[in-house]
Formats: sequence, C-alpha cells, structure tokens
Amino acid sequence: MNANVATEIDIRTEGEFARDNYLSEHTVRSWLLTTDHKRIGILYLFTILFFFAIASVAAAMMRIELLHPTGGLVTSETYNKLFTIHGVLMVWFFLIPSIPTVLGNFVLPMMLGARDVAFPKLNLTSWYIFVAGGALATWSLIHGGVDTGWTFYTPYSTTYANSHVISMAAGVFVAGFSTIITGINFIVTIHRMRAPGLTWFRLPLFVWSLYATSLIMVLATPVLAITLGLISLERIWGVGIFDPKLGGDPILFQHLFWFYSHPAVYIMILPGMGVISELITCFSRKRIYGYAWVGCASMAIAILGFLVWGHHMFVSSQSVYAGMVFSVLSFLVAVPSGVKVFNWTATLRKGSIHFTTPMLYAPGFIGLFVVGGLTGLFLAALSVDVHVHDTYFVIAHFHYIMVGGMVTAFMGGLHYWWPKITGRLYPEMWGKLAALATFLGFNLTFFPLFVLGYLGQPRRYHVYPPEFQVFQVLSTAGASILGVGYVMPLIYFIWSAKRGRVAGPNPWRATGLEWQTPSPPPKHNFKQTPVVTGKPYDYSAEKDVDLDLASI
Amino acid sequence: MADRAADSSANRPQDFVQIAMEIVEPITKPPRSLVAEQFDDLEQQRDAAQLGMWVFLATEVLFFGGLFLGYTVFRSAYARDFAAASHHTEVLIGGINTAVLLFSSTLMALAVRAAELQKQKRLVWFLLGTAFFGLIFMVLKGVEYHKDWTNHLVPVLNFEWHDANPGHVQIFFWLYFAMTGLHAIHVTVGIFVMLVLAMLARFGKFTTGHHTPVEIAGLYWHFVDIVWIFLFPLLYLAGHR
Repeated sequence: MNANVATEIDIRTEGEFARDNYLSEHTVRSWLLTTDHKRIGILYLFTILFFFAIASVAAAMMRIELLHPTGGLVTSETYNKLFTIHGVLMVWFFLIPSIPTVLGNFVLPMMLGARDVAFPKLNLTSWYIFVAGGALATWSLIHGGVDTGWTFYTPYSTTYANSHVISMAAGVFVAGFSTIITGINFIVTIHRMRAPGLTWFRLPLFVWSLYATSLIMVLATPVLAITLGLISLERIWGVGIFDPKLGGDPILFQHLFWFYSHPAVYIMILPGMGVISELITCFSRKRIYGYAWVGCASMAIAILGFLVWGHHMFVSSQSVYAGMVFSVLSFLVAVPSGVKVFNWTATLRKGSIHFTTPMLYAPGFIGLFVVGGLTGLFLAALSVDVHVHDTYFVIAHFHYIMVGGMVTAFMGGLHYWWPKITGRLYPEMWGKLAALATFLGFNLTFFPLFVLGYLGQPRRYHVYPPEFQVFQVLSTAGASILGVGYVMPLIYFIWSAKRGRVAGPNPWRATGLEWQTPSPPPKHNFKQTPVVTGKPYDYSAEKDVDLDLASI
Repeated sequence: MADRAADSSANRPQDFVQIAMEIVEPITKPPRSLVAEQFDDLEQQRDAAQLGMWVFLATEVLFFGGLFLGYTVFRSAYARDFAAASHHTEVLIGGINTAVLLFSSTLMALAVRAAELQKQKRLVWFLLGTAFFGLIFMVLKGVEYHKDWTNHLVPVLNFEWHDANPGHVQIFFWLYFAMTGLHAIHVTVGIFVMLVLAMLARFGKFTTGHHTPVEIAGLYWHFVDIVWIFLFPLLYLAGHR
C-alpha cells in the first residue's frame, strides 16, 4: 500500500472533485438499469427513507395520542394499526436493509478492492424485489392497514383479525427475498473477490460484520418466509395450523416466528457494530484493540443468536426448563457484544481523539447500546421477565438497541462515508448539532419508558392510568427533539450534495481501500486492483500527523 | 514505466508487484464475452457461481425446514392419526416418482460430465432427458393429486374422513399438499431451467470449456431430488408397514 507519510495538509487544497465518476451519467435509464453497486446503494437509500418517513409519522401520531391518559386522537383500532405499521415498516423496510443495502452495497466492494459485487444484476434485482414488497405493504396500508402488531401472533392474525393481514404478510414475504439475495451476494463477494494480499484477518471489521450479518440473512429469512406463507394458508383456507380451534398450535407460530425474528435483530445490529469499529479507529488514529476478538465476536453473535429465540416466549406456556436453557443462552450471547464494547473502549485509550460528527455518533452508540444490552440481560432473567414482559420496559430496551444503537451507527456511517459517496463534505457544525439533538432527544424519549414499564404499563395500550402521564409527556417531548435531530441531516445532506466543500479522496486521512480512490469514485472503483500488504487500521505511520480539522 | 523506476519511492516490493500486474493483467485476461466485468478470470467467476448456488441451496433447506418442523410437531402430537392418514397416500405412485427423480438426477450428472468433455450433442440429450423425467414426475404427481381428489382427501375443498379425528387427519393432508406442492413448484422451475440450458447447449454455448451454468443447475436439481428423498418416507411410508 503506498501509505504516504504526509505532512500537514490543508484539506481544501488537497481536495479534488473527480469529474468522471459513477454519478456522471444522468439519465433515468442509467439509474433504473444500473448494475453499479454504488448506485444501487443510493437507490436503496431513497427507498428506505421513504418507509422511514411513513413509520415516523405513525410514531408521531402514537406519541401525540399517548399525551393524554384517555387518548382522544385515534380509536383503539387505529392505534393498533399505527403501532403495527410502525413496527413492520421500521423492522423490515428500514432497519434490516439500512446499513447492509446502503452502506454495505456502496462500501463493501471498495473495501475489498473489487470492481463490484459478485452478482451485480442480482443486486439490482434485489432492489426491485424490495420495492415490490414495499408496494404490497403500502397497498395494505392504504386499504386500512393491519392491527395485529408486527409480530402477527396467531390465532388473531389468522382467524379473528379483520384487517389486511395477507397483503402485508405478502409484502414482507417478498421483501425477504431481497434480503436473501443481498446476503448471498455479500457472502460470495467476501469469499471470492478480495484483492490480492487481502486475507481474512486483514479485512476491515465492517466486512466481518457484514459477513456475519449475511449468514444470518440467508439462514433465518427463509423461515420467516414459510411462516408468513402458513399464516396466509390458514387465513385463506381455514386449515388448522396455528388456530387451536382447528387443531392447530399457536405456540408453533411463536417458535417459527421468533426463530427468524431473534436472529433478525442481530441482522439489525451487527452492521452497526461494524461501522462503529471503523469510526472509532479512524477518529482515535489507532488500531482496533483485539482485532481478532472483535471479528470473531461478530461470528459468535451470529451463531449464538440462533439459539436464543425462546426468550421471547418465557410466558407463552413453553416449558419452564426450556425457558431456563434459553435464559442461559441469552446471557451467553451478550458476552461477545460485551467483548466488542470493551475493545472499542480500549481502542480509545491513548488514542488521539478527534470529535468530528461521526465521532459524536460513535460513543453515543456505545453508551446507548450498553444501556440497551444490559436491559436485555435483565429481560433474559426469567424472574424479571415475568413482570416486565409485554410492558414498556421491553419497548425501551429494544429502542435503545435499534434507535440508540443501529440508527445512531447508520447516521455515523452515513456522515463518515458521505464524502466518498458525494465527493463533498456536509457542514460540520450542523452535523454536530444534529448528533447532539438526537442524543438528547432519544434519551428523553425512551428513558421514561423504562420507568413506565417497571411500574407496570403494558405495551400496545393507548389508554393508561393517569399517574403514568408525566412519563408519557416527557417521552413525547423527547420525540419532538429527536425528530428535529433526524430532519436536520435530511436538509444539510441534500444541500451538501451540491454545495458542500469538496472533500477529495480521503478527508479523514483514514486507512482502508475505499479511501485510496477518488471521491466520488469512478464506475469501476479502482484503476487497477490494489494489492494489500499490511494489517488494517495501520494509523501508526500517521500517528504524529494530526487530522487537520480546523478546515473541515 | 521509466518514470516510475526513476522515482525513489517506487523501489518498494509492493510497487513492483503493482507494476507487474499492470503489464500482466491485460495479457492474461480472457476475452470479455466469457468473463463478466466484475471478475478477473473464468476461475473466479466459476467459483463465485458455485458458492452462490451452495448458499442459495442452504436457504432452501431452511425454507423447507419450516414445513418439516411443522410436520414433526404435528406428527408427534397426533402420531396415530398421521399413520392412519399416511395409509391413504398413493405409495405406488410415490415410489415410482422416487425412481423417476433419482434417474433424472443420474441423467443430470451425466449431462455435467458431457459438458466437461465438451460433447455438445450428448449434453443436449442429457439435459432434455433430465427435463423429460422431471415432466414425468409432474404428470404422475398430477395423477396422484387427482386420485387424492376423488378420494376426498383435499383439505378445505372436499375433505371427508369418516374415522376418528378428522381434524388431525386434515392437518396431515394440508402438510402433504403444502410440502409436495412446494416441492413440485421447485421441480417445475428446474424443468424450465433444463430446457433453457438445453437450448443454449444446442447453440454451442457450453463447448468452450466454460459450462458453469450446467454445473450449478445440476446442484439445484440434485437438491430438489434430495428434498423428495426426505419427503417420500415421511409422508408416504409412515402408515405403510
């Protein structure tokens, strides 16, 4: 690697906007028929933002409804539909695709020194399949939505619900194939398309996390597909699968559903962890502490994550002995996550820390993920779960992981790779303000929910005893701040795409092959295939060189 | 190149490797038409296609696995009813179909071998043969489903059961139709793939030593065969002793 030991460089003069890049062609056809992984990443970005917007509106309506103990904005049926659409869209149409299909698609081939993924046409197909699934889900929404909760528990969803369950299930079913295709593509790309010299243990940790995520994607998603198919079968034809009155078993549904959905939450967090490894190393100018441990921890989370699904079913009438086994395994799966947190923290030690916007999101992730992860352990304890299952405690727990963790990591990654994607820098001051706003808003929104859950307010209820109101009001106030924190980047990212400061190939002076190519990158990423000779995160050559942040 | 040699920083080993690659790459790269632009050579392309197919087959195992889990749960709950129900499956047709699929897999393996040996005519015939026996399977399946229909064994549509626990027996039969139906869909897709490949082979697409599509189609077809090997004993032989 020609790692130039550079002297003080003013980013302004070093920066060059690469004229002939992957964005150069402007026709609609060149976008809709592209096989370029970078463009496909951007297509996915716009699509998931669309669904994020709808799901956020649903959340806003819920939070407004919850301001008053007896509600008043919406009926119970509508409230049920709101939390269902919020969950379905956020889980399957925003979080699961988010980092893998946007940042992963864009950055993975470049990190490997490749020209594209292994199957570029399949990649485009996966986006179209995703859009088709989303169209089905939107169709269901327009025609009145679904009120079963994103968990589709039977026999309500199969026999008693009067809402558009099948079209929503069909939408998720179709979108699942998009996930599977992406997973296959990433696995084959990582196995077969690494640049010469790029051995497994020289890979950036983001690649390890995408690999582990892809393993889960391909193995877990088919089970969801068949489960949704079975729901539809029972709903359409009345065969007894899950409805006890027809001879079926409702707990069978829960086993099938959670066998997928627990690994699914690891699909939702592992890529975020990978991003954090990239951010922490770059902005402490230091190698990751315990590289092999962090990489293997990703694999351990993926494998162990398949063994703990029963912790969603402690009070479902499953055997207590099974519950004990699932509880122990759930404690075990927290260990590799803990290893990562310790290693990130140790990386910070004696590092040269630069608080850019991505580096505000990264420690935010660590703190919020620790809270979410610890409360997950509380829930994994049988005796505690009996009391807080199906309360706001669970809601707070998973929002700390998914929003405080994953969305934070997504924002951090988006800011970090934005200069590579667009060739321009976002405005740093606004970036920092937005990061702060989301951190404060997030905590104000979700911390009161831990208290609420502990005090006993059940989830999915829109009316509640008056003594809980103060916490609900705090939460809604926090949500408005959080909303501002998410709208700000929307505005300044769009602005910066055209008017931001030119970034140049490597504004962060980061290691990694993706930074060795112009910004925005040319269509085939590299003029010739790079050769890798050293370990990742080799900041030692640049440790005495300060990131000149004054000019950012 | 001369400039590079003159530059002192270019004397490190990695730069020489890079320079060597700049010279060697254009010479050794095979003609564009066979190798897709994201790959460096045919071998990488073939390896990627094979790994991709194996991973896809793993997803299919999990896909069918959900139904197998359902079968297991209900069979352990209603063992006697399942045995009684299984007694009414068409074992003879199922048995013949097993032989048909196994034979088709043999033909497929021979097709792959023919492709390796670049024997075009043989390849076309073996591919057509595989598709043909797949079609035989589907025809027999149709006959079988028709018999199930006349015997009033189709859940929801015309199911009648006059012995004990019709509800439980109906569960067996929807599982039977769901599992064999899903399998039949996969066989149908496979037949189409074989026909397309036969046509491509006829036009000489696989005579250049590059026959990866045949190999990976073979993997898929063998997988479909293996699924049937599991389906047959579980569904047909449970009650036949």
